[in-house]
Amino acid sequence: MEKRVTFKGWLLPMLLLAPQLIVSGVFFFYPAGEAVWQSLFIPDPFGLSMQYVGLGNFEYLFNDPYYRASFVTTAVFSTLVTLVSMIPALFLAVLADRLVKGAGTYRTLLIWPYAVAPAVAGVLWLFMFNTRIGVVAFYLNQMGYDWNHVLNEHEAMGLVVVASAWGRISYNFLFYFAALQAVPKSVIEAAAIDGARFWRRFFTIVLPLLSPTTFFLLVVNIVYAFFETFGVIHTITSGGPQQATTILVYKVYADGFVGQDLGSSAAQSVVLLVVVGFLTVLQFKFVEKRVHY
Amino acid sequence: MATVELENIKKRFGKTEVLHGVSIDIQDGEFIVIVGPSGCGKSTLLRMVAGLESISEGEIRIGEARVNEREPMDRDIAMVFQNYALYPHMSVRQNMGYGLKIAGMAKSEIKRRVDEAAKLLQLSDYLERKPRELSGGQRQRVAMGRAIVREPSVFLFDEPLSNLDAKLRVQMRVEIRELQRKLGVTALYVTHDQVEAMTMADRMIVMNGGVAEQIGTPLEVYERPVTIFAAQFIGSPSMNVIDAEVRAGQVMLGHVTLGPTDLPDRPVSLGIRPEHLHPDDNGPLTLNVTLSEPLGANTLLHGTLEGRGEAMTAALPGVHMEKQAVEQVRLSVNAEDLHLFDPKTGQRLN
Repeated sequence: MEKRVTFKGWLLPMLLLAPQLIVSGVFFFYPAGEAVWQSLFIPDPFGLSMQYVGLGNFEYLFNDPYYRASFVTTAVFSTLVTLVSMIPALFLAVLADRLVKGAGTYRTLLIWPYAVAPAVAGVLWLFMFNTRIGVVAFYLNQMGYDWNHVLNEHEAMGLVVVASAWGRISYNFLFYFAALQAVPKSVIEAAAIDGARFWRRFFTIVLPLLSPTTFFLLVVNIVYAFFETFGVIHTITSGGPQQATTILVYKVYADGFVGQDLGSSAAQSVVLLVVVGFLTVLQFKFVEKRVHY
Repeated sequence: MATVELENIKKRFGKTEVLHGVSIDIQDGEFIVIVGPSGCGKSTLLRMVAGLESISEGEIRIGEARVNEREPMDRDIAMVFQNYALYPHMSVRQNMGYGLKIAGMAKSEIKRRVDEAAKLLQLSDYLERKPRELSGGQRQRVAMGRAIVREPSVFLFDEPLSNLDAKLRVQMRVEIRELQRKLGVTALYVTHDQVEAMTMADRMIVMNGGVAEQIGTPLEVYERPVTIFAAQFIGSPSMNVIDAEVRAGQVMLGHVTLGPTDLPDRPVSLGIRPEHLHPDDNGPLTLNVTLSEPLGANTLLHGTLEGRGEAMTAALPGVHMEKQAVEQVRLSVNAEDLHLFDPKTGQRLN
């Protein structure tokens, strides 16, 4: 049942592929190649000359305790962001799916946060939790909790996780909501007749049927947590305190553009590329086996 | 095993009433077919018995106990859905055992029941497969199996055969009927197919526009339809209904006399089944044939009545290929095969 369009010549297929190829080439392959090339050199701070050092940059990196700590930070951060953005999204989607009246309004309101740019979201959360003028920090203080994410690394991590996950909940909600609507009603009814009550149905029937969506969102959210959270971290903590929220991507920026260590920064990009590639392959290989249909 | 009683069942969606009061007492072990065109409320009625739709008015009793307020799982019913509604991520065995597992039954007992049902349905070799690896007919059987293992008091079928091809449908029709007889479980079966209704039902409910037009055995409905709708819906090809009148104790079609009746003089809708029209060189009716359809065992002649213009279909026994060229056939009909209805209400008069 393979449906394929076959082309006679080369010209038309190449023309049709060209936009994608050009975009990938210009914005991905070229910079990636450049990064791999640069990772083998140490340029002088003014960018006037480069000295070939082979794998020296990588050697230096993996001996750097701050870099190794950044790996752990990234793992913790991306796991938390993925969980905090997916579980509430699923919960909200289940609730919205049960609604008969006002589902449209509810849905629209839930989608709004997605329209907020990460940096803006970061600033928003920063103001709310600002140790001196933040509303939330103020009330926490009133309740006897001394909030200070500038000094406390756990609070800093919590804040960037929530700020990163917040807008993401909308995105995940959309996918989960659509997936829930696609679960055949009769299957749910059959389960109801079979005696399964709501939560039992949810865990034994609905959740397995959502597994393709869950798998997809898992990949997308981890990649998001790895790369696109830069704006949030930059505005809220700038990687601090004491590098407690310096994830790999942020370190690439901090070392390269702030520290002007372009060689190390390029090497870090290459490592990041490998890590994400590996993660994706791993996910497709192992997680997909447990996707039910 | 249980009786099912529906008492003046009504269903409203908002202000729109879609079921206007349906009542029937179903005997233990009876096979009831609810038949009607789409939108007549037959599926809604079934879903109300299942507990998937609320009951706006009236009472449903299963085994003499009122079930209006009970959840589907507490009604002691099992349902087979049109699209089978199998759990796609579970094997056939898991699909069939799901309800039993939830009921907290011992694993050995679940296995025994599933194996037994699988044997009955010739599914033993497929127990470890997923639904997507099965053919339409096999999926249908799994859905049946899931209903059987729960040993319910009532089976509910919602157009279970409409997704199968014609040949398989005939086969499954027989299988379902045999199975239901063997198990002796009361069954309610919804279909839009009048052939299924005729062949499977102990009694059928002919529904139209949210009303039960007629409740009776297939032959009762065929021989004495109480409304024009029931008359035309049951039987294939559909009954001819034309305007006629009663004059001086005779059914008259214009100046043609068709037979005696004891009704007073009045206009009537006259129903004649195509198979009750006989070729007769001295017959009172003349059909101008416009199309003939040879079906092998008989031949359908479509045309208009000479001198009147009403469309009429006749089913004549045998092959009438040679009559393809014949443009006129004279027909007669026995007086006892004339069905007379009130033209306004559609109710039977004779």
